[in-house]
Amino acid sequence: MGPLSLRPKARPADRPADVDQELDLPASPALWCSGLAKRYGKRTAVDGVSFTVGRGEVVGLLGPNGAGKTSVIKMLLGLVSPDAGDVLLLGEPADHPRARARVGYLPELFRYQPWLTAEEVLDLHVRLSGAHVPAARRRECLAWVGLSDRSSGRVGSFSKGMQQRLGLAVALVADPELVVLDEPTSALDPVGRADVRDILVALKERGVAVLLNSHLLGEVERVCDRAVILDRGRVAAHGTLTELLGGHRVHLHLDDVGPDALRRLAAAGRVEHENGSFTVTLADEGDLAAVPQLVSDLVTLGVRVHAVEPRRMSLEDRLLGILRTGREGAQR
Amino acid sequence: MTPRIVLTVAALTIREASRRRVLRALLGLTVVLLGITAFGFSRIDAEFSGLTTGEAMLASSVVLNLVMFGLSLIAALGTAFLAGPTLAGEIESGMALSILARPVRRSDVLVGKWLGLAAFGSGFVTLAGLAHLLVVLATVGYWPPNAAAGLALLAAQTTVLLTLALLLSTVISPMASGMVAVGIFGATWVAGVVATIADMLQNDALARVGTVSRIVLPTDGLWRGAMNAFQDPGLLGRAADAMVGHPFLSQAPLTPAYLTWVVAWMVLMLALAATIFRRRDV
Repeated sequence: MGPLSLRPKARPADRPADVDQELDLPASPALWCSGLAKRYGKRTAVDGVSFTVGRGEVVGLLGPNGAGKTSVIKMLLGLVSPDAGDVLLLGEPADHPRARARVGYLPELFRYQPWLTAEEVLDLHVRLSGAHVPAARRRECLAWVGLSDRSSGRVGSFSKGMQQRLGLAVALVADPELVVLDEPTSALDPVGRADVRDILVALKERGVAVLLNSHLLGEVERVCDRAVILDRGRVAAHGTLTELLGGHRVHLHLDDVGPDALRRLAAAGRVEHENGSFTVTLADEGDLAAVPQLVSDLVTLGVRVHAVEPRRMSLEDRLLGILRTGREGAQR
Repeated sequence: MTPRIVLTVAALTIREASRRRVLRALLGLTVVLLGITAFGFSRIDAEFSGLTTGEAMLASSVVLNLVMFGLSLIAALGTAFLAGPTLAGEIESGMALSILARPVRRSDVLVGKWLGLAAFGSGFVTLAGLAHLLVVLATVGYWPPNAAAGLALLAAQTTVLLTLALLLSTVISPMASGMVAVGIFGATWVAGVVATIADMLQNDALARVGTVSRIVLPTDGLWRGAMNAFQDPGLLGRAADAMVGHPFLSQAPLTPAYLTWVVAWMVLMLALAATIFRRRDV
């Protein structure tokens, strides 16, 4: 799903969400924004950014430092006023506070009241959200982020990593339908990063939509359904990871390749070859399960197989490619 | 306005004030001031035999107002330095981000902060002021004619100053907003004293400076009303000419029109702060 130009119909102010379900209306996206723009003095930080996050979808918001990712996130949440553009959160116009009732947020600059305990911070956010969250669920939430043994500790005594874990609990505690995470692993060690990845997978399974800004592209690749790549305030590319990265490819080092074997290779996908080195871009996108059968068929056809190496372009390579192409284009 | 949000933020603000070092600093300064008060009034009592009843009453009234000025100064410094960092500091540190991303109106957050600070400041002034009055009663047997009104006006003075600090914290840095608020508070008090002396000299132009300053920032006006409530009512009648221009005696109680203006001033300042805060990027 790419940027949309048509504004989804916002739910009328006097009609609650469950009425939409009773009427069997299609659910509005978890997040929709169109034409977002922001200038700080003479510098354009965000310039016509549009994208959507579907219900239950995990979308990565990627880009180099200064691309405008945090500004976009802040505009989505009403923390920064856009110079232009519209935002709908869970079907509600974002300029109304009610739109944020089921939205969780972990800011890039995470800081919580140092004079409160972790439990008190969660209590505060539950009260502000207006949600009913029993005490047991709040404790579960702290346990989920690995803070169950520090629930009564003052936030002022927490390490940066623990504060970021607390921020994650704050984002998740009020039963959100959309979670916006701005660099959620910036202060975490490898164990913490793995925990966050597990949490993202669990959110996905529960059908919670996530907008994730992260520089850890490996994590984005593992958990995100789609990605939006920002560069210098604009959307440089967007799409599913398969659309962005292309299908899987297999490098094969082969001898004695006859016409039948060439036809078999061509049946698997697009073939490029040079001497004994063959690269097949698999026709069935993303399905590496076809590779063992291909190798078996080639052996049956008398081909000597020296090496088989399934490959896909990494998100990092693709991101760098998009950014370099964009900059060269801009220079010309 | 959503009362749930306002009260939640007010409770958070009171908890912050009570858990941070400000409360301990305020309590420490108050205990020092109480000690000075007890010592000063015990000296007046020791000298009582050499004074007439009227002189003793004059001395008690003037010294009580002087002590109360010290108390109001402590309260002003404490609340201004609490109110100053509350918005600007939380925006600067990023603490405001997760709160403002909740389904809350910024005006509700602002009013909640104001309410919490006003409750804390007023509670402190009332309790510490009452402790001073009890010390004076115990040492020289003087009880002000209108103690409740005097303490209420001192609490209102503190609330006015913190409202100004809160307004300033929506536009300038945390430390600057507290300092500017205290600076303006001091300047207004000086303008009030100058105007009182101008009254004595019958210089209308200079006296107008005080009137204007009391309207622009009502702290000095409220302070003069509080002094009037604390001092002996017969004092001005007995020594009216000698007392004109005295910085720690007040000539007249506050008018209902002025008190109405004070309420309107606070509402206006809060509305202005809410408008600025609503438009501010965080």
